Formats: sequence, structure tokens, C-alpha cells
Amino acid sequence: MLSKALLAVLAALHIAVLFAGFFAPYDSHQQYREFSYAPPTPVHWIDSGGRLHLRPFVYRLVPKPEFAGYEEDRTRLFPLCFFCRTSGGDSLHLFEVSGPAHLFLAGTDAYGRDVLSRLLFGGRISLASGLLGAFIAVALGTAIGAIAGYYGKWLDESAMALAEIFLSVPWLYLLLVVRALLPPHIESGSIFVLLVAVLGVVGWARPARLVRGLVLSLKRRVYVTAARGFGASGFYLLRRHILPGAGPVIATQLAWYVPQFMLAEVTLSFFGLGVSEPAPSWGNMLAALQRAYVLQSCWWLFAPAIVIVLVFAGYRQIFARYAPGAPEL
Amino acid sequence: MRFLAVSANAFPLVLALLPFLSRTENGARFQTSSETHPPPAQFVAEPGIPGGTLVISSHSEPKTLNPLLAVDSSSRKITALLNADLIHINSATQQTEPALAESWSVSDSGRRYLLHLRHGLRFSDGSPFDADDVVFSFRAYLDDRVQSPQRDLLITAGKPIRVEKIDPYTVAFSLERPYAAAERLFDGLAMLPRHLLENQLQQGTLRSAWNLATAPQAIAGLGPFRVASYAPGQRIVLERNPYYWKSDSRGTRLPYLDRISVVFAANTDAEVMRFEQGETDLIENLDAQNFALLARRQNAGHYRAVDIGPGLEYDFLFFNQNAFPSEPFPHLFERQKWFRETQFRRAVSAAIDRDALIRLAYFGRADALATLVTPGNRRWTDPAIPRPVRSLENARRLLSSCGFSWASDHSLLDPARNPVRFAITVNAGKPQQVEMATLIQQDLKDIGIQVDLDQIEFHTFMDRIFSNYRYEAAIIALADGDADPNSEFNVLSSTGTAHLWQLKSAGPIPKWQAEIDQLLDKQLITQNYEERKAIYNRIQQVVWENMPMICLVSPHILAAAKNSVGNFHPAILGDPALWNADRLFLRP
Repeated sequence: MLSKALLAVLAALHIAVLFAGFFAPYDSHQQYREFSYAPPTPVHWIDSGGRLHLRPFVYRLVPKPEFAGYEEDRTRLFPLCFFCRTSGGDSLHLFEVSGPAHLFLAGTDAYGRDVLSRLLFGGRISLASGLLGAFIAVALGTAIGAIAGYYGKWLDESAMALAEIFLSVPWLYLLLVVRALLPPHIESGSIFVLLVAVLGVVGWARPARLVRGLVLSLKRRVYVTAARGFGASGFYLLRRHILPGAGPVIATQLAWYVPQFMLAEVTLSFFGLGVSEPAPSWGNMLAALQRAYVLQSCWWLFAPAIVIVLVFAGYRQIFARYAPGAPEL
Repeated sequence: MRFLAVSANAFPLVLALLPFLSRTENGARFQTSSETHPPPAQFVAEPGIPGGTLVISSHSEPKTLNPLLAVDSSSRKITALLNADLIHINSATQQTEPALAESWSVSDSGRRYLLHLRHGLRFSDGSPFDADDVVFSFRAYLDDRVQSPQRDLLITAGKPIRVEKIDPYTVAFSLERPYAAAERLFDGLAMLPRHLLENQLQQGTLRSAWNLATAPQAIAGLGPFRVASYAPGQRIVLERNPYYWKSDSRGTRLPYLDRISVVFAANTDAEVMRFEQGETDLIENLDAQNFALLARRQNAGHYRAVDIGPGLEYDFLFFNQNAFPSEPFPHLFERQKWFRETQFRRAVSAAIDRDALIRLAYFGRADALATLVTPGNRRWTDPAIPRPVRSLENARRLLSSCGFSWASDHSLLDPARNPVRFAITVNAGKPQQVEMATLIQQDLKDIGIQVDLDQIEFHTFMDRIFSNYRYEAAIIALADGDADPNSEFNVLSSTGTAHLWQLKSAGPIPKWQAEIDQLLDKQLITQNYEERKAIYNRIQQVVWENMPMICLVSPHILAAAKNSVGNFHPAILGDPALWNADRLFLRP
């Protein structure tokens, strides 16, 4: 039951992130400077006079003096608008509210940016770096592992020696070095591509060793030997007979690596060295939690942490389903 | 002394004590008339109750207990409590006052200082202090092998200060060239015990003396406290120096406290939590967010949080105007054409919403800055310079006046129709600076400039600013150890070692920079306060008009102490809350 719920959450999260433009009420860069660290906006059905409204509404937030938080101005209510187009813009939103009220469902950050919108847009970078990084690492690992396992001899020895070297590379420091060597005016998009590339290229060693072991055992199967006897080439055998046998293992490796690589992006951005402002990512959103003030006063800024935990649990669930013997959650 | 308030965490690090004395050729005389000052801030210490242990925290362990080498803030916090200087700058009044020297006089030439030492002084191990210790201390500061960061301060016009013992209680100092406010040089120079350190100076091993492994009995100073014990990773305990020379108005020997226990916390946030839980009595160098946390709960917490207003730290944005033989990375030369345009820099300044920086990055605990002289520097700030106000209209007018225009999508184009875009490099370890850069990014978007943010790790950041110059624009914070204009020499002078925007120059300098250089030299030999102030006002005006550095804000000095801590009176100079540690006391 729990595992199904987790998978559903994971799927919903991916859809929400993919269609962030529709689900997010605001632009992720937009700063509402008068609403720094505003808590989640309460959505009401019953107004201050006790009347029930069928359409939910919010009140306008008013900052209290001396940074003492916000209060609602209950003189006027602002109903939520579903499937509306932003005033002046042409993008369709699931829900929004017209000015001067704001709808910060997950509160705002230091600059008064909507946390929900940043969470959805930021998920694009964080999830994509996990997915792409894992794909590159597993694809590269599969190719090298298959060649090493099938052809053996010096190819095997050198590939595995190289894998040993790559396994001992401290990737975080490698990323720090790469980051230091970049020119100053690099866009967050390029940083992202670079991160993914470095992560993928560094991460091939582990899947390669696994695939090599599998190929070593699969190539001695009778059907492979028979096909070889009929004159099949090495490439044909790998493609047609050996790798399909390794398919489930490769798929579980993907499920295992996606959250790992996502975590790498999160770690780097957490230290302010990954995706730069103003582009959001779950890591750079989480960086706000390094400060005692935020930890103690702004509980809504824990949102990226909760989402990361859910994504982790979801992918672990996929892994557990496909890898027999792995413990279920 | 110059402190560079950039570090991997939120604390100022003394990066270098840079030589601002080694310029100016002209040897004009100066008068020995006393300066006239605006009325000093009054701090009348309350007579205290002897006894008790004050518990404070430090965000890291001291690296050394050797005052000759202490550069990081944790080491300096401790060495300042263990040692004393000949002439001291009072943190509350910002003026010099007699310390180990009870009086001093200056020759007519302005180059020879005669210092008269107090009689009967003893080091914390009971040994007497006299002129031989003074001569020895200066030998140690000037020794090549010691490489003390203060060494450069004691070299004028390329020659070291000459120190001569006249009698056991009189020492003469000769400078190569007259120098305004030279008595301020003596502040912070610890007087060392010759009987304990002479052998090590002769053997060239003084750099390794008084490290954290040294037995407390082998360390002696003239400050209010001495080392009692050190537990690595936990705490260092200082005890009252029974030979300390000061007493209060009632004749009670200072310091009041029996002990100061400095516990080590992992970072500022951990320090704040310890203070909140009542484990420590006093906390200083708070950032605005942590201050807000404490201020909110101060009534329930039996402590008080104090904001004494802007200190001497100034945060500023500057552009890379260094000269290169070949382009170090793409587009820099094209962008440097904008960076060297005064109207461009002024437009950037006009577009920045400093009020938002203060409100969002500092929770209102900072002041907007027009120049590098902060409002906290009461004696030297020029009140005629207006407080900078955001004006997009003004920014657009300035940009139009030097050939910039706007494309149909509102992006700014330079006179050659290239889109205007640059990166601001910031130290990822300084949250306020990252926040300011993010806000400026949005501010400049409003005049069509696309700003990229380049957040990098502290050491890479320092390398880019000081050695390889691989940046386009950067935000940094500098903090002074003194309020005197001489402490800005390095930043403002075209040959200064902290002239960050142009550490490497080629060809003629702009006219306004030449004027600054000339005025800096002039103030260096002007003794009269009003005349010096007029010169310094003019320097500030030139900086304001030409904006080589776009000054942003000056953060407030924030500290908190339990109500039981008496004489808690933070100041902007020196260690904010421990500058008067000898008078701090605990109420029962």
C-alpha cells in the first residue's frame, strides 16, 4: 500500500515538474520584495463574517513593522481563479489570484519569491540532473562493461583498472575544481549540463563492473555458444543475446543512480556551487536551511527537503521492485 | 590596519596588514599641535564586583597565541586579552590614550617620538617590564624571519622605524618621514617579554613560539588576563593577571573577572544556540538574522541584544579594470570598455535599490553607503555626500549620455550595439553577499542589463580577486582596524595593495585617480584635524562622483549579553564586546 502510494507520489511529482509552467502560480524568478519570508498564504472558505464561499479565497498580506511577520487584511477577499491566464501573459495556470493579493501556497524565501513555483521549476533541474546523469553513467558503464566482459584479455584488464581509478575519484572535489576553472560568466544552464556530464562520466565505473560480471557469465551460456558456432559476430551476440539478459540489472542500476545523482546536484548547490541564482534547484533552495534563523522561524522552507525524501523513497521503491532480494520499504 | 571581511564563513579574517606608509617622497614638516576632535562618545564604566567566570564562544579555535603572528579573528580575540600596547586607541572614543606608555611627545620635525613608560609594570609571570622589552618587541616585529603581518606598518619610506632606549623608562622612535597620526601605529602592537623570547628570536624560531602546545607558564603578557589552560576542541581558559596595572575609580585592581572561558563552537549558528541556551554569557559579531532571533526573545531570555549601528565594514561592488597583455577570458576587453566608463558605473549605482539590500539581506541592520567611509566613522565621514537613492530614470539618463541604447526587448546595448551583460562573482560562503548579488541582479534587469551570478568557494574567490583576476565584477566586504583615513590608503591609492578594481594597471591613470593619489599624500603629512578632514572630504567626493567602487551597505555591529554582565558596551573598533574586557564584571 505504502509502496503504491510512494510510486503514485513520484509519478505525480514528475508530472507537476514537467508541467511546472501550468502548476506554478508564479514565475520562479519574480521577487515580491515586500513579502520576504512570508509564511504560506492561508486559503479560506469562510470569511470573517462567518459566511461560507463555494470558491476558496485569500486575503491580502500586510507586513507588520520591524520584520515581525505578516497579517491578513480582512477588509477585502480575493477569490482563487482556476485555469486562468495571467494578466497580460498568455500562459495558462491551474490556479492564481489577482493582485494586490498573493497566493504563496508554500510561502516565500528571503527575496519574496514563491517557494511552490521555485520547487516545481527547480525540480526540472534536480530531477533532470538525476535522470540524465544516471543515463549517461549507466549507458557508458554498460558499453564499457560489455566490451570488457565479452572481449576480455587486455581490454578487460585496462577497462577494469580504469574503473578502479574512477571509483577512487572524489567526485565532490572534482566538481569543485571544475567549477573553479570555469569562466565567471557561465550560465546556470551550462553549469547544469557540465554537472550532469561530470557526474555521468565519473559514475560509469560501478555499473561497468556489474555489467562486465554479467556478460562474463552470460557469454558462456549454451545459446550464446551456439550462436557463435553459427558464425555470429561479437557485436551481434552482445546486442542480440547477452545485453537483453542484462536488461533488468541495468534498469535497477538506473533506479539506483537517479537519486544518487540528484543528490550530487543537491549537495553542490547546497554549498552554493552548483546552479546559480536566480535559477532554482532543490539544492540551492535547501541552502537557505543552513541558517539558524530559517531553521527556527521559517518551517515552510523545509519543503525541498520533504520533496527530496519523497523522490528518494520513490526511486528506492522502483529499485526494490526490480531487484529481487532488495528490501522493500 | 586593514581587515578583509571575506572568509569561508561569516567572520572577518585579517588578510593582510598592508604597507600604506611606504609611499610619498615628500618630507615636509608637520606641526606637533594636538588635533581638535568632535566630542568623543562617552562611556563611563560602572565600578564592578570582582570575581566570577565569563563564558564566551569562538567560532573556531585560535591558530596561535603568538601576538606577532595572530591574523585570524579567533587568535586575535585571545591575544588581545593577553597583551597590551604602548599607546592604545580607545574603542569607544576612537581616540588614542596612554597605555603602557603614560605619555609621549613628538619632535618638531614630526619624525621622532619619545615615549615615557609607566614605572613598576610587571608581566603576567611577575617579571618587570622596561625599555629593553620595548626595544626587543620592535626587533621581533621587524625581524625578517618572524614575518609578522605588522612589519610593513613599521616601515616608512622603505626604512624600518628606529627604536632606541634612552633610559629604562624612556624609548625614542624615529620615522624616516613625518606621518600624520603616527601615534595610532602603536595600537595593537603587543609588548613582549624579552626574558622569555630572546633566545628564540636569536635562533630564528620565534615563529613557532607560543603555539597552542606551549605550557601556559611559558607565556606572559601585559594584558588583563593570562592563559590558565587549553583543552583542544573544547575551550581555552584565561585567568586574571594579578600584575595587571589598571585599577578602577575606587582603586579596585582590574580586571574584575577571575576567568574568561572561551568555548569553541562549530559556526555562528552554533554560537547563537549556545548563547540562547544560557551556556555562554556574551556573543558578538552576530549577523542580522541571528540578531533578529535573539532580539525577538530577549525579554524571556534574561539577556539584551544590542545594535550599536554601522561599524567600519563596507560592502561594495566593483568591476575588473585590471590591464592585461592578452584577454584572459572571452568578452572581458569588450566589457572593460563599459567598466571604465564613469557614467556606466554611476548608472549601475543609481539602479541599485540599497534599501532593499538592507531590508532583505540585513533585516534593516545596515546603513546605505555612498562611499567607503561609513556613518560609523563619525570623525571622518563627509555629511555633504547625499545618501544614495535608487533612480531608474537617472540610471537611464546616464547610460544614454554615454552612447548606450535599448533594444526592442528592453535589453541594454552598448555604443557598438552589443548587449550589456556581465557576471558578479561572490563568495558562496557569505550569505548576505550572495543575497545582495541576487537582488542587484534583479535591479539591473530593470535597466536592461543581464547579470549572471558566479558563486564560488572562498579560496577560488580570493584567487580570482587577488591573483588571476578572472572575474568581471565582484562583491566584497572590507573592514578597517582603525577609523583613521590612513587605513584606507591601500584601497584608494592607485598603487595600493587593496586597490581591488585595478591591482594591475597600465598606462596613465584617470585624472580623478591622480587627484585622489595627490590628496592622499597630502593628508598623510597634514597634522591639523580640520585641514585633514577637508582633504578627506574632497577624496570622498571624488570617489562618489567617479564610483570606482560602488559602495552598497555598512552592516551594523550586533552583540548580545546576559543582563548579569556589567559594563557590556559594544564598540565599533577592535573586538566589539571584549574591547573593555578588563572592566566587564558579573552581577550576582
